[in-house]
Amino acid sequence: MTSYAHAPGFIAGDRPQIVTSRFQYDDSFTLERYLATGGYQGLKKALGRTPTDVHDEVKNATVLGRGGAGFPAGTKWGLTPQGKWPRYLVVNGDESEPGTYKDRLLMERDPHQLIEGCLIACYAAGLSQCFLYIRGEMAVAQERVATALNEAYAAGYVGKNIMGSRFSVDIVLHWGAGAYVVGEETALIESLEGNRGMPRLKPPYFPAAIGLYGQPTIVNNVETLANLPWLLVNGAEKYTAIGTKTSPGTRMVAVSGHVKRPGVYEIINGTTTFRDLLYGDEFCQGIRNDNQLKAFVPGGGSAPWFTPEQLDLPFEASQVGPAGSMLGSGAVMVMDHTTDIPRAALTLTRFYAHESCGKCTPCREGGTWLERILSRIVDGKGTDADLDQLLEVGESICPGVFPHASSSELGLSAVPFPYRMNTICFVGPSAYAPVHSALTLFRSEFEARVTKRTRIPVSGSVS
Amino acid sequence: MARLTEENVRLAREIIARYPRARSATIPLLHLAQQQDGYVSNDAMVHIGELVGATSAEVFGTASFYEMFKFEPVGKYLVNICGTMSCALMGADELIHHAEHALDVKLGGTTDDGLITLERAECQAACTEAPCLQVNYRYRFRVTNESFDRLVDDLRAGRLDAEIPPHGTVARVRQRVSADRIVGAVAPEDVTDGPTWFDGKAAL
Repeated sequence: MTSYAHAPGFIAGDRPQIVTSRFQYDDSFTLERYLATGGYQGLKKALGRTPTDVHDEVKNATVLGRGGAGFPAGTKWGLTPQGKWPRYLVVNGDESEPGTYKDRLLMERDPHQLIEGCLIACYAAGLSQCFLYIRGEMAVAQERVATALNEAYAAGYVGKNIMGSRFSVDIVLHWGAGAYVVGEETALIESLEGNRGMPRLKPPYFPAAIGLYGQPTIVNNVETLANLPWLLVNGAEKYTAIGTKTSPGTRMVAVSGHVKRPGVYEIINGTTTFRDLLYGDEFCQGIRNDNQLKAFVPGGGSAPWFTPEQLDLPFEASQVGPAGSMLGSGAVMVMDHTTDIPRAALTLTRFYAHESCGKCTPCREGGTWLERILSRIVDGKGTDADLDQLLEVGESICPGVFPHASSSELGLSAVPFPYRMNTICFVGPSAYAPVHSALTLFRSEFEARVTKRTRIPVSGSVS
Repeated sequence: MARLTEENVRLAREIIARYPRARSATIPLLHLAQQQDGYVSNDAMVHIGELVGATSAEVFGTASFYEMFKFEPVGKYLVNICGTMSCALMGADELIHHAEHALDVKLGGTTDDGLITLERAECQAACTEAPCLQVNYRYRFRVTNESFDRLVDDLRAGRLDAEIPPHGTVARVRQRVSADRIVGAVAPEDVTDGPTWFDGKAAL
């Protein structure tokens, strides 16, 4: 239970630390500190084994992707077509999901760990060049990673004949310029090719088949790769001993909003519950001013909302999915009873409407419609017809039933994740998720906000 | 107004050389242009097009997609107040209201002295430290009305010059690789085989 002035936001605890073990040092981003604390030993171990062997180790550990979809990294690496060269690694450091920040801390506080993770991935999957894409607005992260790369190149850890071996690979630092949608992996690739960051049509569903410059490309999240040095040093067995079988290891979770001690915590995957996180002594220690919890977003702004009824769910996709939401990118946003729900929903929907790239009509038009209708409801100018209009617009983005949590109070049973969608990527559905959750779980707050309009009869005679 | 300077062209060529295709350097070069002039000028986009082998319209097409690129001069300091969920829950709207009054500008506007441009930004990845803002992409956490006023005073008095470079410069450190360490980028069509080290044997 310690926080550090040099790492604002991060709070350490008495738990296993796989990716944040160096955050305690104020010079954790230097090569000197990295080497003094076991740095580049995972890479050294990897280079002493065959690439297939290293790939198997990662597969056996079931390192789940930490970017949002939770797809196992080892399996992803295996999706590249045989005999098609070159293959690339693109590192997704374009973290911008509302509520999420862990990749920024990992890049600012331990850039060498990320670099080592990149090298291990390249070695295991035969990737000949790595592009490390950092979000444009993260000036300090860019400086730290640039400095670390310069140090690592000079010391022989990146570039030609790494650590005196036959293994050679370049890591190119690349940076964005402000666009949320670029976090979607095919949009990231478009952006890296110098284009507007718009997601590509699917199929192919994975850039592992056709990615950067049309070549097989692995896109991995920063946190995912940061796990690899520890994994290679300690082995899959020790990795899977932490957490559960389907969600092994740890993951970084940012808890923000109306809690007493908001922070970024490295938690044990699969077993830690939302109640632990929000109320536990070693985590957030309860709701601010001891207020009542009203709702929380469990997995970043795109996730359908939960209420106190779902507090006992663990950080385990196989349980959160059926309960009607997703774990996403490890971000919990907490709303206490003072929260103005329609306004909170508007804040999130405005984000996704603003960040729509404009490629798919349901998202481009639908997001804007949702924002406008919500705005007039929040301003007190809405009518009761607007509530159904919101759902109707949402239906055009995501046809059919939309996932939501259960509510014993409202007599609702859960609709499981995922949803169907009329768009290429998740930005459109994400604009609808907060609207749908808020309207489903807190409809009375919307009804109180809108004026009832008496319908003028359109048939019959005037007598 | 200006094309890239000779020094920046040299830097641009160094950046382009790292990519298998020159077009990939478009966004980094747009940042370079913005660093040079404080915004991205038309001449710079024509020049970037020449350097990466794209038309100026294609370069503008890319540039206009991304929020960080400005096509007109802005203040020396761009103050972006985050207005997304966690910050909104912790009073971002009120902070923005205060900032508009304190600076006597509306969102998107620049103060009369040309020093500060105020904008509302979307999530800046500092959600536990809400409400937060960035000045030229350098963070300020848990901002109150009072600390905002102090920040403005400090900016006006030049007390933060060492920490915060003028608008256009994002990272002050660039990747530099010496010729003897770099593997080098190869166009994908010139690669027919897997990497030599990927032959099923251990590399060390």
